[in-house]
Amino acid sequence: MRSTARPVAWLAFVAALCGGPAAADLKIAYIDPLSGGAASAGINAQKHMTYLVDKVNASGGLNGERLQLLSFDNKVDPQESLIALKKALDDGARYIFQGNGSSVALAISDAVAKHNERNPGQEALFFNYAAIDPALTNAKCNFWHFRFDADADMKMAALVNVIATQPQIKKVYLINQDYSFGKAVAAAARRMLAEKRPDIMIVGDELHPLQKVQDFSPYVAKIKASGADTVITGNWSNDMLLLIKAGKDAGLKVNWYTYYAGTLGSPSAIGRDGIGVVKQVSEYHNNALPELDPDAAAFRKRFTEKDDEFGYYRLNTAFLLFAAAANKARSNDPIKVAKALEGMKLNTTVGEVEMRADNHQLLQPLFVSTFSDNVKYDVERTGLGFKTDAKVNARDTALPTTCQMQRPN
Amino acid sequence: MLEIIAFSLLNGVVYGLLLFMVSSGLTLIFSMMGVLNFAHASMFMLGAYFSYQISRWIGFWPALVIAPLLVGGVGAAVERFGLRHVHRQGHVAEILFTFGLAYLIVEFVVMVWGRNPIENRVPAAIDFPLFTLFGTTYPFYKGLMMAIAVAMFAFLYLAFKRTRLGLIIRAALTHPQMVGALGHDVPRIFVLVFATGSALAGVAGVIGGFAFLTEPSMAQSLGPIVFVVVVVGGMGSISGAFIASMLIGIVQTFAVALDYSLLDLLHTLRVAMPSDSPFYAISSIRIAQVAPLIPYLLLVVMLIVRPRGLLGTRET
Repeated sequence: MRSTARPVAWLAFVAALCGGPAAADLKIAYIDPLSGGAASAGINAQKHMTYLVDKVNASGGLNGERLQLLSFDNKVDPQESLIALKKALDDGARYIFQGNGSSVALAISDAVAKHNERNPGQEALFFNYAAIDPALTNAKCNFWHFRFDADADMKMAALVNVIATQPQIKKVYLINQDYSFGKAVAAAARRMLAEKRPDIMIVGDELHPLQKVQDFSPYVAKIKASGADTVITGNWSNDMLLLIKAGKDAGLKVNWYTYYAGTLGSPSAIGRDGIGVVKQVSEYHNNALPELDPDAAAFRKRFTEKDDEFGYYRLNTAFLLFAAAANKARSNDPIKVAKALEGMKLNTTVGEVEMRADNHQLLQPLFVSTFSDNVKYDVERTGLGFKTDAKVNARDTALPTTCQMQRPN
Repeated sequence: MLEIIAFSLLNGVVYGLLLFMVSSGLTLIFSMMGVLNFAHASMFMLGAYFSYQISRWIGFWPALVIAPLLVGGVGAAVERFGLRHVHRQGHVAEILFTFGLAYLIVEFVVMVWGRNPIENRVPAAIDFPLFTLFGTTYPFYKGLMMAIAVAMFAFLYLAFKRTRLGLIIRAALTHPQMVGALGHDVPRIFVLVFATGSALAGVAGVIGGFAFLTEPSMAQSLGPIVFVVVVVGGMGSISGAFIASMLIGIVQTFAVALDYSLLDLLHTLRVAMPSDSPFYAISSIRIAQVAPLIPYLLLVVMLIVRPRGLLGTRET
């Protein structure tokens, strides 16, 4: 019931905001899970979208056009996403935002490219803010897809750089979800550890079924028996929380190097057990800057539930770049905006970012941070937060690409 | 090696006992009323949320008692004001009713406590290691969980086999109409059984809530496996549910520890499997990777070989 009520309520809200159907609105579509198990991620990002669209409109829109947000629930399912995409395009949306699930992103990227090929003059762009399978900007890259999140390899490189400075790390255990992303994380860890710290022994490389494990104690028993001092995991959502919980119960003393310990309920669920040992890699956290980012502060003021956290800082970056590109192109035409985006540089509150022209991967600073109880700004109102261990500048996150971009004439 | 075996056994028994706590109620309700209660795992979830809320107000120990009673009350209300009316429309309507109810409970939970996992921590009163074995601590609450589950099994077993009420319930298993004809207040027994079954799931929820995650999809993730337990154990058999729970818990836990694949077996048998063979990928999957799917395999095999389950009394 939520799935239909939400978009309808949304349309009504946007219509009310605009004071009736405005003539010159620029429609942007948001396609992500708004119901089902992954809804917490989708709804949180949707709040970011609302906030950012309102912000752009408050400053006069893009080239005089107001932004209008259309939301679609895809239940993290590639098939549902394609139907939603079709609807969005029929409704006149020319900018598509999606992030949850690389399988979904691959389907949308492919469908947008086909649509653009068949409908010249009605091109659409795909702004991916969270699907981080490296393939999207390598073997399967295309001109219409732009990624605003660092990919799995770039994040692993940042984590491994920190591991390289910790000589006490000797035995590493990899545990990941059994699907394309989890396998990509494991492969990247193996490759990069072999390069940066060949002395480290990889004592386990586990793949477990995605979001199906209730009790991680058997896995923890295995980690314990392996003698590992460090665990690397790309697990997200429940798979992340349950793993750390089981580790705590068994008195497992390891460092956790994670992708997603800092968002969407993880900090609340991990709690004090994670202090000092849980690390994450991200493009922003509340203590990345001496003061809270102004947009993060404004977001917290507007959305006041416990879990409302400005976790998708990169969406803010995406909108800043979008606006700058439209401004530079003096047009909201997707092709012109895409061309203006290529190679575009911008200063954000965390530092300079750059949209690579060769594969449309955003280069942005990355932070490796540790869970701590001694922080200025907490996360999810837990009293705990993250503290930066290392910052990697945008330029240093770049990795070689195999992308061979076909550009429209 | 000994370490792995010892802990796999411990973990398996604990998980099995938790499964038993939830499935005993389900099998009780099914045997009595013939209703496959899809909302049963939701009662487990309610137990977790209620105990979380109550322990914040008045502490864990009262919550351990009050939360299951509340859940039992919810169960009784569901039976009295919902199921009893739907009952006249037959079993399909009942199943659809519990199916819809499960969704309603999820939405209720989301409205009150939000969509993300809540911070349901192990209560300070029981958050200490019970013992340390091979350098690994074993939390007290898991021991408590075992004790509660075993006590619950004993209680149910005795109540079932040694009391007059148990006699009537057992009679209703095979001859429900006859029991009614003999003048027993069958509807009242239904309420009682439904409430008891729900309360048992509620007890499991109190412990399972902090042992795992307290979140709106916890019912959904536990639901299927509980059905497996009931089917494998045999519909309506408490002892069957107990054996099946332990079996599934232990097998699944040990499977995680087994890093062997079909490929290794072939290798030992000196059968060569070329890496371009279409079977290479599937035979290189390790047992550990598919551990959580093993119960479902067991379900399918059981339905083929012995449809009434291990200790079931009727073929349904």
